[in-house]
Amino acid sequence: MAARKRFFGHGLPYASVEDLKGALITIEGTDGVGRTSQVASLKQWLEVQGYGVIETGWTRSELMSETIMAAKAGHSMNQLTFSLLYATDFADRLEKIVIPALRSGFVVLADRYVFTAFARSVARGADPAWIRNVFGFALVPDMTLYLRIDVDTLLPRILQNRRVDFWEAGMDMHLGTDLYESARRYQWRLIREYNRLAREYGFLSIDATLTPEEIQAKMRRRVQALLEERRMQTLTDNLESLRPLLFEDAEETPRPAAAAPLPVVDPRRGRPANPPDA
Amino acid sequence: MRRRDPVAPRRLNLRLDSDAAAARPAASPVARPGRRRPSGARAGRPRGRLIVVEGIDGSGKSTQIQLLRKWLEARGHKVVFTEWNSSDLVRLATKRGKKKNLLTPTTFSLLHATDFADRLTYDIIPYLKAGITVLADRYVYTAFARDIARGVDPRWVRELYAFAVKPDAAFYFRVPLDVAVRRILGARAKIKFYEAGMDLGLSGDPVESFRLFQGRVLEQYDALTGEYGFRVIDGTRSIDAQQRQVRDIVRRLYDEEGAVA
Repeated sequence: MAARKRFFGHGLPYASVEDLKGALITIEGTDGVGRTSQVASLKQWLEVQGYGVIETGWTRSELMSETIMAAKAGHSMNQLTFSLLYATDFADRLEKIVIPALRSGFVVLADRYVFTAFARSVARGADPAWIRNVFGFALVPDMTLYLRIDVDTLLPRILQNRRVDFWEAGMDMHLGTDLYESARRYQWRLIREYNRLAREYGFLSIDATLTPEEIQAKMRRRVQALLEERRMQTLTDNLESLRPLLFEDAEETPRPAAAAPLPVVDPRRGRPANPPDA
Repeated sequence: MRRRDPVAPRRLNLRLDSDAAAARPAASPVARPGRRRPSGARAGRPRGRLIVVEGIDGSGKSTQIQLLRKWLEARGHKVVFTEWNSSDLVRLATKRGKKKNLLTPTTFSLLHATDFADRLTYDIIPYLKAGITVLADRYVYTAFARDIARGVDPRWVRELYAFAVKPDAAFYFRVPLDVAVRRILGARAKIKFYEAGMDLGLSGDPVESFRLFQGRVLEQYDALTGEYGFRVIDGTRSIDAQQRQVRDIVRRLYDEEGAVA
């Protein structure tokens, strides 16, 4: 059975989390660690097995993505607005995507989660208690996979593929004019925060210095174990009912004004509870 | 230079001590009663005063703060004015969210907190440090009243704004619901969707929804009055009478430190 979902803090008093049957799996790790491509492989693998999967990523909300891009392009963000812009983006995705998907029995893969906000805000000098409270409306994930790496392996690896950008290098923190040195100091701080969070919140750490294939194999084992433990259902025979969530644009009919969950049929309805072959 | 102001709004820490303090919000404002340490004291320069007005739509607070501004300027004070929900940072997101009805109580609240944080950083704290009086049309109490009326957790929204500076005076213009509704309906062609709390689905009729929602907000303001020590002004009195009352209180804010009176 699906374990009952909890909030980190004071929660969303107006939203019910009684019937969230899906699994929330979050993938954490610092910039350039290979998170996003691992999430894509994981999603594909789950879909082939017939699970309904929704992926959600940092700053990708309908409400905030443009605003955050504009704010990052200008340099007027400070530690407070930086934290709050991300929190708004996160809340929009949580209420509009994550919770409805969990209610419909999906596996939700979150590429970054509140821990990224905690690590970045604290690295920039925010009060750890304050930022945790801000995200007190977030759901506690069922599992957090943490791609762990050290800064001296990370930076050469990023640089082989692309340049390091302003924010990844923490240039807003004025750690120095040398991009490499700034990135090294900033990423070192970030990784230290992630490692602390890993202990505090019980992340499942995966050595990100392994090959991508080895990392993926480890992630799949962890995810498989969780889904078996939760007896998650595959959803192939309910594709029609899930279309609105899978293909957002396919649904042209106007939705109700408020934050009503999408009208998706319970994928487990009419099926025996916890069949042995789940 | 020590000031004590027993009726000043409490529970929001004054964070003007240093830049580091501004970047490090208090974990729980409720746990720490307000203490004031004007940073200007160190520099031998008086800190600017922060004066805010609150009240439901149609309470007359905006009229009063404009009159106060003119009066302060005429007396030689440097004054700036800042308004709720007016920063460029989240203007597009707010507009888009409102237009497409994308906002939930939580995203509504967070967008306003982001707007406030931006204005606090750029439009409020530097001015106070420079000895300039800041007049704010709505402050964090607006967020407390409206967001709680919309259904967010009251503790959450208070802690969200833990980084705010405590005002020197917070005026609450109190009017009965009927008066406010009459003023708004008389002055405007159309009540806006979120202003009427239409997102809450209280009523399909905008006027009825406005009444129900503003009624809830009014209840919240009344509940916050004691907690934050609002200076309550009877908003049904004449404009002149209200303004005299406001000026008497503001005058004392300056007199206490022997500044321009």
